[in-house]
Amino acid sequence: MQTANIFSFHGGIHPPENKAQSLQLPLGKPSLPSELILPLGQHIGQSSRPLVKVGDKVLKGETIAINNGFLSSFLHAPTSGTIAAIEERLIAHPSGLSDLCIILTPDGNETWTTLEPLSNWQDISKTDVLAYLSEMGIIGMGGAGFPTQVKLQGAHKNPLTHFIINAAECEPYITADDMLIREKTLELVLGIEILQHLVEADNVVIGIEDNKPTAIAALKSLLIKRNSKIQLAVVPTKYPSGGEKQLIQLLTGKEVPSGQYPADIGILCQNVGTCVAVHDAITLGKPLISRFTTLTGDALKNPQNVEVLLGTPVAHLLDYADSEKKKLSRLIMGGPMMGYTLDSAAVPIVKTSNCILAASKKELPAPAPEQACIRCGMCEQACPASLLPQQLLWFSKSQEFEKAEHHNLFDCIECGACSYVCPSSIPLVQYYRHSKSSIREAREANVKSDLAKQRFEARKARQDAEAAEKEAKRLARQKATSSKATDAKKAAPAKVAPTAAAPISDESKKLKVDIAIGKSKLKKLQKLLLEAQENEHIEEINNLQLQVTDQEKTLAALEEQLAKTAAEAPVAATATTTAKPSPAPVSDELKKAKVDVALIGVKLKKLQKQLADTPDDQELKDKITAFEVDLKAAQDTVSKLSESPQPSSNAATPEPKAAISDELKKLKIDAAIAKAAVKKVEKALKKAEEIQAPEIESIRQQLQEAQQRADELEKALANPQDASQKTEAAPNSADADAAKKRKIDLAIAKAGVKKAEKNIQLLKEQGKDESEIEASEWPKKLIEAQEKLATLEKEQATEQTVPAAAAPVSAANVDADAAKKRKIDLAIAKAGVKKAEKNIQLLKEQGKDESEIEASEWPKKLIEAQEKLTALEAEESTPAAAPVSAPVGKTTDAVTKSEAKAEPEMDLANQIKKEKIAVALAKAQINKLNKRLESTPEEADSIKQEIASTEQRLHSAEALLEKLIHSQTNMQENR
Amino acid sequence: MTEYLLILVSTILVNNFVLVQFLGLCPFMGVSGKLETSIGMAMATTFVLTLSSLCSYLTYTYILQPFGLEYLQTISFILVIAVVVQFTEMVVHKTSPLLYRVLGIFLPLITTNCAVLGVALQNISKQNGFVESILYGFGAAVGFSFVLILFSAMRERINVADVPTVFKGSAIGMITAGLMALAFMGFTALVQI
Amino acid sequence: MFTVLLAIGILVLLSLIFGAILGYANVRFHVEGDPIVDQIDALLPQTQCGQCGHPGCRPYAEAIANGEAINHCPPGGQATIQALADLLDVEAVPLDGDHGAESAKRVAVIREDECIGCTKCIQACPVDAILGAAKQMHTVIADECTGCDLCVEPCPVDCIDMVEVGVTAKTWSWDKPQGIAATSLNIIATDRQAEVTH
Repeated sequence: MQTANIFSFHGGIHPPENKAQSLQLPLGKPSLPSELILPLGQHIGQSSRPLVKVGDKVLKGETIAINNGFLSSFLHAPTSGTIAAIEERLIAHPSGLSDLCIILTPDGNETWTTLEPLSNWQDISKTDVLAYLSEMGIIGMGGAGFPTQVKLQGAHKNPLTHFIINAAECEPYITADDMLIREKTLELVLGIEILQHLVEADNVVIGIEDNKPTAIAALKSLLIKRNSKIQLAVVPTKYPSGGEKQLIQLLTGKEVPSGQYPADIGILCQNVGTCVAVHDAITLGKPLISRFTTLTGDALKNPQNVEVLLGTPVAHLLDYADSEKKKLSRLIMGGPMMGYTLDSAAVPIVKTSNCILAASKKELPAPAPEQACIRCGMCEQACPASLLPQQLLWFSKSQEFEKAEHHNLFDCIECGACSYVCPSSIPLVQYYRHSKSSIREAREANVKSDLAKQRFEARKARQDAEAAEKEAKRLARQKATSSKATDAKKAAPAKVAPTAAAPISDESKKLKVDIAIGKSKLKKLQKLLLEAQENEHIEEINNLQLQVTDQEKTLAALEEQLAKTAAEAPVAATATTTAKPSPAPVSDELKKAKVDVALIGVKLKKLQKQLADTPDDQELKDKITAFEVDLKAAQDTVSKLSESPQPSSNAATPEPKAAISDELKKLKIDAAIAKAAVKKVEKALKKAEEIQAPEIESIRQQLQEAQQRADELEKALANPQDASQKTEAAPNSADADAAKKRKIDLAIAKAGVKKAEKNIQLLKEQGKDESEIEASEWPKKLIEAQEKLATLEKEQATEQTVPAAAAPVSAANVDADAAKKRKIDLAIAKAGVKKAEKNIQLLKEQGKDESEIEASEWPKKLIEAQEKLTALEAEESTPAAAPVSAPVGKTTDAVTKSEAKAEPEMDLANQIKKEKIAVALAKAQINKLNKRLESTPEEADSIKQEIASTEQRLHSAEALLEKLIHSQTNMQENR
Repeated sequence: MTEYLLILVSTILVNNFVLVQFLGLCPFMGVSGKLETSIGMAMATTFVLTLSSLCSYLTYTYILQPFGLEYLQTISFILVIAVVVQFTEMVVHKTSPLLYRVLGIFLPLITTNCAVLGVALQNISKQNGFVESILYGFGAAVGFSFVLILFSAMRERINVADVPTVFKGSAIGMITAGLMALAFMGFTALVQI
Repeated sequence: MFTVLLAIGILVLLSLIFGAILGYANVRFHVEGDPIVDQIDALLPQTQCGQCGHPGCRPYAEAIANGEAINHCPPGGQATIQALADLLDVEAVPLDGDHGAESAKRVAVIREDECIGCTKCIQACPVDAILGAAKQMHTVIADECTGCDLCVEPCPVDCIDMVEVGVTAKTWSWDKPQGIAATSLNIIATDRQAEVTH
């Protein structure tokens, strides 16, 4: 043991100590009260979250509330009993307000829960020990209630030069720490050693005031006996030497700079009570459930120190110390200098309550009336923080908070020394407290208004962008229709030459846009391909490669076209007039008709929905049929109208390429599909060969057919003129325009979905968090757009069923479309799952612990998305069976035959794949949950529940998978 | 050199325009409520005073005197001062909108600040040369700024102090100004001419 | 006669010179916009409630810069008026009652079982503090709500309440001491209001 150097600090006062009274009697142990009131906010920072429900039985030391964020703490049951309520109760706070408390009715058995001491604290990582301390609910017991593990973590910021143990206890009347040192000397020293290990401090100093000779002697003898390196610094009695910053100055001579923490200058300070609590937690496994508190004051017959369970009402302690109701004039929690008056004795003892002062009138008279400041300057002499109390008073009084801040108001420790010495009895500290809280309030309001402004501006920007986009779209549409009109006009012989330039440039512009879109698609596909290659998803790779080549082809075609139009342009450009294209009257009518269609469609949908609710309503059905007739009529007009300009442009054929390109594209897609079918069949063949399946022959036949179709298509592609004529000659060419229109709508809807998704992405990139994104309108829009897309696709599907009766080819298309839609849904759901998983991953990477992740919405979202996914997959399996039963195979056309055969099989294969994925996902989740179960045993129940549900899901997915495989083999056998 | 120094000491302390010659009391009382404002006003006035004493000297010596039109001095000085003030206002508006806002009406009112015209006229009556004129104007401005800032700092403290109700506001301000003037009388014996 | 003409000529010449200087300065030091607006805007509470008669806080800031009264902002209350008065160095006036009374801080709360999911309130919210989708129940993000009342009016089923934000132990602040006057122990006779009689 060594003695340390002692420095001094400015100011300070010497009020009467009044410590002897409470040291007359030995440490008392009050009986169990009838109920314990445990406020959830006993510490600085966020209130804890209760873990128990009303009616739960808890054991002594069981966790009843867990931390709620970084600056928060755990709470434990101080004794065994029943949770009687979780409600608002008066708490020990200067405001005299209530806060949420857990009310525990003791059963009197004091049954401890199983204690798990951390005996190997020297061997395990310090982070784990800190986490353990947090779970034991240990917070600074000096007064502020700062969670200890946070403070210890902060100590690693700078190399620690001093580790100071605060045993000064400078405030009059209070002797709790004195008694604690006397009673628990060994525990204290052991606790200091644990902390010393945790913060890797060499220079440990215990600062203790010289008015505690017994405690000093006890400490000294123990330190000598243990041959400890811990230094003991006995400081002269002066208030407020127990203030953190003052004690640091006393023991190190260093001043903590304004606005900084001791850790910033390499110093850590811990209260003796905290050290003992750390010892109890680590070596005994006992959480913080009791503390030493001084019961003193003239109104008590037996003033003494007690070890009291947290949550004990003050009234119970007053009874224990035999208070005299008549004498009691003021009840103070804390000391006479820094404590606050309690309005009610019903408030509970919390982790930071070090003293209950039941003062008589004589002892603590009512404060004298405030008088004018006489500028004596005594407050400046007394201020331990070297501030100018008088200046601060002027600024506080005149609400000039900016200037008060400028005079370092926030360095005031509210010790009350200035008020104590003030001859005019001005309650200076009260003024400062008021100013401080006003400034804090203003700051918060400022932050909030800044945020509101930001949000308002973001909203405005978004609205503007939307309006601009709408306007741009409107213009584009106008341009498109007008260019069409000019196309039509061009056919008229009078205006052939002068208007030629504009449409061509328009055409090339459009082409360029197409090319750009195609390129971006290509890039995306390539990226997907790369990813797939990395993950070795063979089937996906094949698929993607096909798509990529297809995309490349269309791109090349487009570029070729562009080159051609560009070549044409200069020729046309010689014509000087560039008359602005005006929208043709036809387009207006068309628009109107389209609106009609949309309106009727919406009404129809509504009715159908109603019908779904009340299937027997004949009236509704009638209405629906009527609407359907209307809809058809409207659609007819639309198709007629949109057709009318089309043929004229076709007839004129100034650029036959453009007219054909659509057909060409379609053909190409068909070819690609056929090729894919060929490949698939080839693969199937290979597989069949490998397992020597009996259906090799049939597969071979299929392959031949598929190849035939592919060849045919490619031939058609080779001479597009032919093909276009052929397709025009085809019976369904009459519907081509209507279909086109629908496709355009679809494309717009898809673009809408994409845009919404992109915007959400953008928001995320800008670092907005989820709630903000949700608050913005994008998610809503996304959903809306997706809905619209789905309905459009449905509409398209139904539309196509009409010609399907005549042409079996489109029957397959219908199914394909429906399947596509489902696939899109699936993809969206999958993306949702992926996103959720990614977010969870991100959270983990950011070092959030499991509970925080749990608190965030992501896990829930993940599960929801997964559920949706499985539901969708299940849905897909049902319609997939439909084409099997359809008598498609009977058609004479060989091509359709092969396709029809290939289709259900493909679907099944996809289905199986998806199920497998679902199974794998479920398994992965179970694994994950199991892992989490290991790491956080206290959440076992909820996790187990989750595991059970996931297992259920797994089983159902597996069953489905089995069924699918079965049906696949069945089908193959049938063939 | 000594002469120039003497001009400065004389204008800033001994013959302070505000507290000894009692010129420019309007902004002295009006813009001394807040320290920041008074500093801005002081700077604007310094700029205007120096520039206007220079301009008025040039106008007088090179335009009025050669044509024997000395009797036009007052009207032409007012013209000069008005222009300089307008110019200053534009500069302040551009460089410090807040100061522009805070100075408010007082900025154009520099035009009627009697200290400005007083300096110009005294320059003529004292038959100051070019450099002396500039120094005289600058010194007067510094003296004005000096007392204005001192006074506003005092008023700020008085504002938060317990002043008897009847004395609150301008009353205590006037008393303080009087006491300051008394104090500045002490500088009279500083320079013996 | 010549002297008179000379005097007039000299004065005209002087005026021309100075006019030219001012004209140049006007171009050289031309002020784009009014930066004071930003400072005023920063003092306003940003509830975007429109109670001042302007569509948002910034438009009101612009109006103040152009000379509108500073007492049209009920959400900001007297504190905002004081701050504006300090900034603009004008007299702090009491709140104009025509624009509403200063009230305690409030937040909107949607009675969720009554919400029909019409999204009208979402469109009305100036700070995007209402969450929900069509035909889905909506809810208010209390932390983001500025208590501007704008969502109350559009709600077709009147399911939005403005609830006062009470003081909790965390948001509680210390009172200002009553000062000397309350103790009626004034030393200066004139300060004892009761005794001032004529």
